[in-house]
Amino acid sequence: MQDKPLIIAGREFQSRLIIGTGKYKGYAQNAAALAASGAQMVTVAMRRVNVMNPDEPMLVDFIDPKSVTYLPNTAGCFTGEDAVRTLRLAREAGGWSLVKLEVLSDPKHLYPDMEETMRAAKMLIEDGFEVMVYCTDDPVFAKKLEDLGCVAIMPLGAPIGSGLGLQNKVSIRLIVEQSTVPVIVDAGVGTASEAAEAMELGCDAIITNTAIAEAQDPIRMARAMKHAVMAGREAYLAGRMAKKRYADPSSPLAGLI
Amino acid sequence: MAKSMNITLNGKRHTVQNNASIADLLTGLKLPLAKVAVERNLCIVPRSTFESVHLSDGDRIEIVRFIGGG
Repeated sequence: MQDKPLIIAGREFQSRLIIGTGKYKGYAQNAAALAASGAQMVTVAMRRVNVMNPDEPMLVDFIDPKSVTYLPNTAGCFTGEDAVRTLRLAREAGGWSLVKLEVLSDPKHLYPDMEETMRAAKMLIEDGFEVMVYCTDDPVFAKKLEDLGCVAIMPLGAPIGSGLGLQNKVSIRLIVEQSTVPVIVDAGVGTASEAAEAMELGCDAIITNTAIAEAQDPIRMARAMKHAVMAGREAYLAGRMAKKRYADPSSPLAGLI
Repeated sequence: MAKSMNITLNGKRHTVQNNASIADLLTGLKLPLAKVAVERNLCIVPRSTFESVHLSDGDRIEIVRFIGGG
């Protein structure tokens, strides 16, 4: 049985894994990990060019924005205005309006500032952006962001870059159940089983960066993530067995000698 | 009339020739026009206008590009 594609703001994706492009040893390793992961979308950042070194490697020369969807982020932005300014530049650089909004608060935990996130989401949507929004795992804010018109709700599983896995499965499941746009766990996944776990809860996709980039073998972990996301998705669609309190033999007891 | 003027480029003082366009600036810096985005005094400069938008003394210019990120 064929699964339906992931659809975000009318764009179709066969892969339910989105990978980051930060923290790799270089863009070549990043491109190899991307190929191994099967991902069709990558998160990217916008930064000043180094005017002293015009020959520095360009991400677009290693990962082609024509064949892979670039999802520009607002990482490092702490106010709504910073986020809007950054994404306007990204839209001009790339020519598309699908973006990842993240407005951060304290550098220690990098939790999203939800008040600023709401304000920025509103400004961006009014300006014609299609906003995939990084948010806390709070179902109330998730609903508000969806009502504002965000095209994907992306709750954190754990703090960015921590690799601690899903810390609050109850709230992630509640967000999945209430949402009519894709729910994507963004941040916190540390290894393949945690990606599968998010998918088993019914998430539509996951985003992971550090789990792949900081693995001992990033290419191999990228492949593991690809399989984990597929396995978790299939398990979710299959519907797991009911949990029981006691053993239930798998071999029939009738006919025992 | 002075032959050059000062602008702030990515937060640092930079000297350009009078009446230089955004395209002149990028070409002078050997930056690929198709791979960067430019902001002039907090306003986006559309790529299609790089040739026609000219710099003024004291302009604050940001030139950015995509890099790896999460």
